[in-house]
Amino acid sequence: MNTSDEGTRKTLRARGIDKRFASVRALAGVDLDLPAGRVTALVGENGAGKSTLLKILTGDYQPDAGTLEVAGEHVSFASPSESRAAGIRVIAQESEIVPFVSVAENIYLGALPGARGVVSQRRLLEHAAADLARFGFTGFLDPRTRGVDLSPAQRQMVEIVRALIDEPQIICFDEPTSSLSDTETTVLFGLIARLRNDGCAIGYVSHRLREIFEVADQVTVLRDGKLIGTRTISETTESEIVQMMVGRDLSAMFERTPHAVGAVALELTGVCTDDVTDISLAVRKGEVVALAGLVGAGRTELALAISGDRPITSGTIMVDGVSKRFDSPADAITAGIGLAPEERKADALIMVRTVRDNIALVVLGRLSRFGFVDRRAERELATTYINQLRIRTPSMSQLVQNLSGGNQQKVVLARWLAKETDILVLDEPTRGVDVGAKAEIYAIIDGLSAKGVAVLVISSELPEVLGLADRIVVMQDGRITGELARADATEERILTLAIADHLSAEGARP
Amino acid sequence: MSTTMVRPTPTGPDVTRESTLARAVRVVGVQNLSLILAIAALVLVIGSRNSDFYLTANLGAIGTAVTISGLLSVVQTVMIIMGGIDLAVGSIAGLASVSSAMIFMHAGSAASFFGALAIGATCGVISGCLVVFGRMAPMIATLAGLMAYLGVAQLISDGRAQGYTGADPFYIFLSRGSLLGIPILIWLLALVTGLVHVMLRYTRVGRNIYAVGGNDAAARLSGININRYIIGVFALVGTVAALSGILITARTGSGQPVSGSGSVMFQSITAAALGGVALRGGKGSMGGTILAVILLGVLLNGMSLLGVNPFWQNVAQGLILAAAVVIQQLRSGERRVGLPK
Repeated sequence: MNTSDEGTRKTLRARGIDKRFASVRALAGVDLDLPAGRVTALVGENGAGKSTLLKILTGDYQPDAGTLEVAGEHVSFASPSESRAAGIRVIAQESEIVPFVSVAENIYLGALPGARGVVSQRRLLEHAAADLARFGFTGFLDPRTRGVDLSPAQRQMVEIVRALIDEPQIICFDEPTSSLSDTETTVLFGLIARLRNDGCAIGYVSHRLREIFEVADQVTVLRDGKLIGTRTISETTESEIVQMMVGRDLSAMFERTPHAVGAVALELTGVCTDDVTDISLAVRKGEVVALAGLVGAGRTELALAISGDRPITSGTIMVDGVSKRFDSPADAITAGIGLAPEERKADALIMVRTVRDNIALVVLGRLSRFGFVDRRAERELATTYINQLRIRTPSMSQLVQNLSGGNQQKVVLARWLAKETDILVLDEPTRGVDVGAKAEIYAIIDGLSAKGVAVLVISSELPEVLGLADRIVVMQDGRITGELARADATEERILTLAIADHLSAEGARP
Repeated sequence: MSTTMVRPTPTGPDVTRESTLARAVRVVGVQNLSLILAIAALVLVIGSRNSDFYLTANLGAIGTAVTISGLLSVVQTVMIIMGGIDLAVGSIAGLASVSSAMIFMHAGSAASFFGALAIGATCGVISGCLVVFGRMAPMIATLAGLMAYLGVAQLISDGRAQGYTGADPFYIFLSRGSLLGIPILIWLLALVTGLVHVMLRYTRVGRNIYAVGGNDAAARLSGININRYIIGVFALVGTVAALSGILITARTGSGQPVSGSGSVMFQSITAAALGGVALRGGKGSMGGTILAVILLGVLLNGMSLLGVNPFWQNVAQGLILAAAVVIQQLRSGERRVGLPK
């Protein structure tokens, strides 16, 4: 961009953007307008194509087809630096912070102010303090704090300041509030309003509809890689947006088959670990219990403790009425507990191995004779579960890394179905899974409970919690704050239990 | 989507219409086919410049020369598949060589053979424990071992060749014996390769080694005792390294504390990389490694035959490792940011 364009209003227009990954069409002819001086919210289910679209704006991905225009001029970005040069910034959800240097250095990373390569610490701190004040973050961030000592919210702020210092004209926020408290969110919204009034074009990706109605001027909905439509905020409603996002009636996704509930399969009494305190809960055979709460409430840590991967400092875990002590995940598996972890790729799947290998992973012992794997039995097992769970893969020899998120999750579930485990802990089983596969995963969970498996589901999606669970246990800050029966549960009640103490701690803000 | 998408057999729908060539490529793999072609090309080039290359004696020399680095390459392959690396294999071989000769002088050939294997296994277990309990990266733990085991070998031998096994029938059998016209050394390499191949491909242990290398967190959460596997594979590598040390003793007639320890270690890693074993673990097989061992053996022998300066031979070896890994990284689509793993 030449200098005469500086300060003029820039609008971003994307037309007919197509992007494929192997066999998956992530974006199909998507149009997007980010007009100058307006906040455009971008919403859609996980896998709808929002992140792909943002990565095309940043130059991380190149579209297979379609055009981008900035301020009426055609642009194409071969790399992130070209997108930056065009005045585009995307503030990522997961901030990249250098751990052992100060906030000030993190902000100016790659562009440290100073003459001839000499960086003056004093000038750096002054600069940082001035920039923090400019964006209204004074009081939340000390420029001298080291990266490792920052809270998630503070890391997010560093990321925001870093992106805004050289005054970009087109700014996208990718779920910026997921780690922010209410106060911090208010500051951020003030900042966004100011940027908009300065004439910036702002994109705002979020799952939180309430927020969108607070901060955005218009909302663009994506579903399954397609543009569904754009609405002016003042002329639409939450339910219309949800309808556009989902494209179907949500209640049909959760069909629970009525069945009898058996004896207690898993019982925790006063369980404490480094992360959770005094957890007592029980899951019966054939019952689906949901663990609800905010991200960071200690649910994942509890799941890992139940699965033997985190030590328990006090309290007992009983399986079928017998007290158990797990020194490793192997012990928990022996006791009949299976875990589908939250981070599928990092903690559950061996991405470079085949679907068959991944399904058979925990039952190799059963499939082996004298240490030799019975390959025919293994193939039969894989075929059975590929068919039963409708795992979409060209063959059982396909590498798991080539499958979509939903099918990868089904591979993880197939592994535990093959193990015929009595107790199943599912941590965010539908994260990053498209709507169709979601419904199938719900059906699988329902089928398992009908067969008498005790299921403990961790989910941050309230409709999922409400639709799936027989009982809902709510956690907050490592403790259980309440339990709701299916019939009594509402989103409001769960949320109240999940955040109640925060309200009182912050002086009962509404 | 209908269930016709799912096929019970791993083959695709068009197998029957595939051309013979395409089928061969699919079965053998692009990687292995390239290695075979490279070996063929090398043999033709070297043979055309020096016809001594084709002499039975020379081919036998290649065979016995690759045995020592070949044994190390085979177990290095297992180690790398598990996501580790062992830089100490050469030092362990040297320590085992010296130990075998020294034990032989006091207690005879059987004791020296098993004693040296036990010493190798112990070295491997020590490296494995440093990784598991000391939380050291395998590369650093075995870098420490590389120096320390070398030092121990020099200490006990005073830095000199030790003992004399050249008159012992067992050691003569190892170095010069043959069965069905094929040297015992080659039989040993074939035997170890076969056993390791069967372990990797057909047993539960082998499958779990791939799992640990592919994703250690997933392996642990799937109930695999990954510590046991790490220590076990280090012990296996140490034991086989000791076997190659014993063969060094057998071939030279005495214990060699530092006999080429650096270069055999280097060749073991090069062979694995060239054979298509992913250096980040989880991927690879025995076939590629063995082809790469043959390729390296032919190349080194050919360079010597053609009178290439040994210093240039070192440069060539370095370039081959670099080329092998660069090709591997480019094929895997490694992103070009940050430090590669």
